Amino acid sequence: MRRGWSSVLVPAALVAGSVLALTPLVWMVSASLMRPGEASEFPPPFWPSRPTLGNYVELFTRLSLGRALANSLLIASATTLGVLLLNSMAGYAFAKLRFGGRERLFRILVAALVIPAPVAMLPLFLMLRSVGLVNTYLGAILPGTAGILGIFLIRQFARSIPDDVLDAARLEGAGELRIYWTIVLPLLRPVLATLAIITFLATWNDFVWPLVVLTDESRYTLPVALASLIGEHVPDTELMMAGSVLTVLPVLLLFLLLQKQYIQGITLGGVKE
Amino acid sequence: MFLAPGLTAILVLFLVPIAAALLLSLTDFDIYALGDTANVRFVGLRNYARLLADPLLWKAMRNTALFLFVGGPLTIGVALAAALLLQSRAARLRGLFRTIFFAPYVTTLVAVAVVFRYLYHPRFGLIDHALGRLGVPPIDWLGDPRWAMPAIILLAVWKNFGYATILLVAGLQAIPESLYEAARLEGAGWWQLFRRITIPLLSPTLLFLGVLTTIGYFQFFAEPYVMTGGGGPLNATLSVGLLMYKAGFRWWSMGYAAAVAFVLFVVVLGLTAIQFRLQSRSGA
Repeated sequence: MRRGWSSVLVPAALVAGSVLALTPLVWMVSASLMRPGEASEFPPPFWPSRPTLGNYVELFTRLSLGRALANSLLIASATTLGVLLLNSMAGYAFAKLRFGGRERLFRILVAALVIPAPVAMLPLFLMLRSVGLVNTYLGAILPGTAGILGIFLIRQFARSIPDDVLDAARLEGAGELRIYWTIVLPLLRPVLATLAIITFLATWNDFVWPLVVLTDESRYTLPVALASLIGEHVPDTELMMAGSVLTVLPVLLLFLLLQKQYIQGITLGGVKE
Repeated sequence: MFLAPGLTAILVLFLVPIAAALLLSLTDFDIYALGDTANVRFVGLRNYARLLADPLLWKAMRNTALFLFVGGPLTIGVALAAALLLQSRAARLRGLFRTIFFAPYVTTLVAVAVVFRYLYHPRFGLIDHALGRLGVPPIDWLGDPRWAMPAIILLAVWKNFGYATILLVAGLQAIPESLYEAARLEGAGWWQLFRRITIPLLSPTLLFLGVLTTIGYFQFFAEPYVMTGGGGPLNATLSVGLLMYKAGFRWWSMGYAAAVAFVLFVVVLGLTAIQFRLQSRSGA
């Protein structure tokens, strides 16, 4: 009897949950295709009567959000590359190289994971200001490369590299850097993909730091541009929705494409605590 | 050699600034100091004294605590329900539903805050429109001080529950089916299985989620920045993170803002420590 009930209730609840999860996103896309003012009619329509791409044209022409899109791409890509390089080196060292105080140093880093990042924000701003990096791309990129989570992920993965492989290469006279570049990095490829997508999404979605460090409109990332846009364009629902789609769509597509790697990384980071 | 670049970055861009924030909070660093650092004076704990007497801080603390203690359990509770549904034997298309639940989590917070701002509109928003069909009179979600925090909490639950769901599903999968079989043979009901097996064996995952949610939710910032024009109405959505931002980067009272940052730091650390303590006690 109970089994009979749940075979109806469980799927129904899952469908209901999905509708709740997706409705805001579907409406965002739908409203972005409406004519100006259409979303503010009463009763509010869910679908556009005649879909138009006019709002997107306006974003790229009059509001030059294309520039913000390019900025977001640049900053997120550069941060991702930096994190991949720095974290793979450090994570590999923590997993495979022997040196004094290794475990203790690693434990300190893991403990530092609970420090809320905004605490560092004010001095970081002053430091970057004193070296002239405020309102530069580099200033937006650098703090993101100081990642700890990635070191943790890479270390977990790099531990499975057999020591024999590394020792054999050493016996043949390969330098440590060469070993890292030609043997370790290729073996780390799956976890590097995971780290890359996690970092890219986190940097793309970040708001506070780019808001603080980028003062010139031409350097705004999409979230910052969007937040400043809503100041002047509150009544323009359809236009703002087009801007939101432009901001969300790239990361949503990337997630759908690399879903497996992303979720693996998240569960790996979570289960190990 | 391999550690040097990564550790230097962490040291210079993270740990040194944390220490510097502590020093900064003991000074009167303001807009004049920004022009010429000769104007900075050491003021001891005066920033903290001023801060603790500031009604804005207590307002922000209350809002932040509300966000954390209502939004956090709500997020994890919804996620647990979703995870149990996904793991239920009657579930079909698990992968699809998992992806759908997770999708809000990867979206850009600023963008979906903009979307929800319109969804919450008392006249043209779909939420009030749907409630109206059920006979509920329109709620001015973001304009009414009583409803603004609940509105922001709902957004946070919508956006974040999918992440917790993924971790809880992984946790549920790690529980051996034989435990349930044995308990069922002894006549345990659904609720007993849930309380005596599922919850205790999930507790490491729940602890991890609890700590993560504490750290994340305590910093909430973008939602009020985008949705309520920076903490309105009547500061009903002012958060500690937003107060720090305003003090530091709007009023340029950086010494004062650093004191806010450290209060945030200490509270988060304390809450994290309490959760670990509770966990080890219940485990013992």
